[in-house]
Amino acid sequence: MKAKIAMLAASAAIAAIGSTSALAQAKEQFFPVLSYRTGAYAPNGIPFANGYVDYLKLVNARDGGINGVKITFEECETGYATDKGVECYERLKGKGPTGATAFHPLSTGITFALTDKSFADHIPIVTTGYGRADSVDGSVFGWNFPLGGTYWDAADMLVQEIGKKEGGLDKLKGKKIALVYHDSPYGKEPIALLEERAKMHGYQLQLLPVTHPGVEQKSTWLQIRQQRPDYVFLWGWGVMNSTAIKEAVATGYPREKMYGVWWSGAEPDVIPAGDGAKGYNALVFLAPAGQGQVHKDMIKYVYDKGQGAGKKEEIGEVLYNRGMAAAMVTVEAVRKAQVNYGKKPLTGVQVRWGLENLSIDPAMIKKLGFTGFMTPISTSCANHAGEAQAQIETWDGKKWQVHPGVIHADNSILKPMIRSSAEKYATEKKITKRDCAKEAG
Amino acid sequence: MFYRENGQFKSSYVSDQQMLPILQDRVFMGLLLIFAFGAVPLFVSDYVFLSLLIPFLILTLAAIGLNILVGYCGQISIGHAAFMSVGAYAAYNLALRVPQLNFLVVLVLAGLIAAAVGILFGIPSLRIKGLYLAVATLAAQFFTDWLFARVKWFTNYSSSGSVSTAPIVIFGWKVDSPAEKYLLLLAVLVFFTLVAKNLVRGHIGRAWMSMRDMDVAAEVIGIRPVYAKLTAFAVSSFYVGVAGALWGFVYLGAWEPLAFNLNLSLNLLFMIIIGGMGSLLGSYFGAAFIVALPILLDQVPSWLGVQMSTATSSHLASMIFGGLIVFFLIVEPHGLARLWAVGKEKLRLWPFPH
Repeated sequence: MKAKIAMLAASAAIAAIGSTSALAQAKEQFFPVLSYRTGAYAPNGIPFANGYVDYLKLVNARDGGINGVKITFEECETGYATDKGVECYERLKGKGPTGATAFHPLSTGITFALTDKSFADHIPIVTTGYGRADSVDGSVFGWNFPLGGTYWDAADMLVQEIGKKEGGLDKLKGKKIALVYHDSPYGKEPIALLEERAKMHGYQLQLLPVTHPGVEQKSTWLQIRQQRPDYVFLWGWGVMNSTAIKEAVATGYPREKMYGVWWSGAEPDVIPAGDGAKGYNALVFLAPAGQGQVHKDMIKYVYDKGQGAGKKEEIGEVLYNRGMAAAMVTVEAVRKAQVNYGKKPLTGVQVRWGLENLSIDPAMIKKLGFTGFMTPISTSCANHAGEAQAQIETWDGKKWQVHPGVIHADNSILKPMIRSSAEKYATEKKITKRDCAKEAG
Repeated sequence: MFYRENGQFKSSYVSDQQMLPILQDRVFMGLLLIFAFGAVPLFVSDYVFLSLLIPFLILTLAAIGLNILVGYCGQISIGHAAFMSVGAYAAYNLALRVPQLNFLVVLVLAGLIAAAVGILFGIPSLRIKGLYLAVATLAAQFFTDWLFARVKWFTNYSSSGSVSTAPIVIFGWKVDSPAEKYLLLLAVLVFFTLVAKNLVRGHIGRAWMSMRDMDVAAEVIGIRPVYAKLTAFAVSSFYVGVAGALWGFVYLGAWEPLAFNLNLSLNLLFMIIIGGMGSLLGSYFGAAFIVALPILLDQVPSWLGVQMSTATSSHLASMIFGGLIVFFLIVEPHGLARLWAVGKEKLRLWPFPH
């Protein structure tokens, strides 16, 4: 018996060594996938991961890889836990002929921990619509790419939206806004901006933290019943979102006055609350729900061949589309970098060049089949995010109705905040800033 | 046959009091240390360093700390991650606000601050025992969670409540490669293990153990419960605080209060239960078991070439992990350290058992 186990272990070890050495010479680009298909955040983690992985498969099946360089990928389960995420990162960062392309942690906590490592490892960390708000500043955060918008953008847009609803930002004076947030770096990110705006417009900000995983919110909503805030901003993730909406129904708080961030506006967030969710609003950016050309390709090349990661009906859900968009920007960054470095497997440093010179314009979006699901993004060494824009969507009981009218974040408020916060980080961590003007020339 | 103490006579007090009385043990320990310091950094990959060895070393230190309290002094604590977080945040603030301090000094000061907090939360142990004390120590867990999440000063007014540390420099030596981190941690761990070993076999350790075995009898023979229990809390929190500072600075680099949640407390407790209560060696075994097993289980399917979704393999890993814990507790309730001792006993007679 013992000998058998020893044999098994030995053969496993040999297999492991064999598989890594075989990869060494291949013309392949390795994409690490940090996903969470278990735990309290799985309802949201699964569709995102499916979308991400399916898009990589699609690029291989439809285009034969990126200019002939095949995409390989491997998933690692983080369970949304920071320490597990770090372990996954270490496991995957060196795989493939040139190491990992770029990481999408899909967790603000893991993003913070990986940011610290990126300076030594030289692997980009792409956070599409999440992550550190101050990492927009590429001169300090050399490896972070919060593409498409940060939580400061989101909070700014929400304040603008309710200002518009009230008939002007000056009308917000004396109003009460409650922020129901996930008590983690993710949920706390918008606070700095909301406080800044509160100083400007004179509204009262009420902070209501909800502890992980967010299934217990009775006391939070009791406070809301007592204080009757004029608006509630929801900064939740996973089961916390649907619980919050259910609690709002139970307390009788009007759903029309609730605004969620883009991570609180997907199907798994509202469907468990049933009809009660009707009227609930959320921000939506990059990829609203629905299907377009790319989804047709997806069905044709991936799902009809039985290669899909999820169910066919779930293609086109908000988070699925967002996962796809996240994969798409990374693939496009690699494609861009190939122009500069040649059609071969690229390293993290080379992919960063691609991410810094990304220009996804409407024509390109159309070519990729993403029309309607993607906003244009262009980045530079100094600006790692591009221009953020989003719309408001409302749940009508069946599907998300997107309101016309695009909201832009107010950069005159955001820029100084980002600069001072990034400065602080640089001094704390003793980072020498990059000179973007010099690198461009 | 080889592992026998025959012919090794103790002819002086010094030789009677030495830590490893048997020659074979001394040789083994010497070789192990040479291997750990000299050989391991040469052939181990970065992944093994960062995902296995570094967490293993830090959590071993924390487990030793908890073992001093629970295993040696018999005071149950299920809030020890709280003292880790105190150590981590103390070190963060010291390094940030007094940047000229040497990292080793920061480490010791962080440990001392954690010890002070530990004494504070140890005071209830003078009145309550057993499971009631366990519940009281939970208060420490929730209190620190609240403190570091709400009081902004501790996180240097970081907008997200997450802090990140500056690189570690000791006397001009910049500790940044995985192998350097490993060597630093190993040196710290060896030093603190030596201290702990000498504490538990000295008069303080005897006082703790008598407190554990029967507190009334201990009091009768002249051991002051206040002194014994509070020193156990202080020493234990010191160790755990140092481990917390290392966990933050060396392993995570950036963390939020959630990194030191109840889960970590329970994991520490599992480590000493599985490894062996009241045994320093057990802390090593327990930490290795808890750190390595989930990672190994997680990767077994891919090594064997089995195509399995990450969700299935992760569920499977937790099921097997749970099963193994139950199995070990049934087969050997005294932990892996006891298995080791049994093995050594057998080795004395090998190959001619009675």
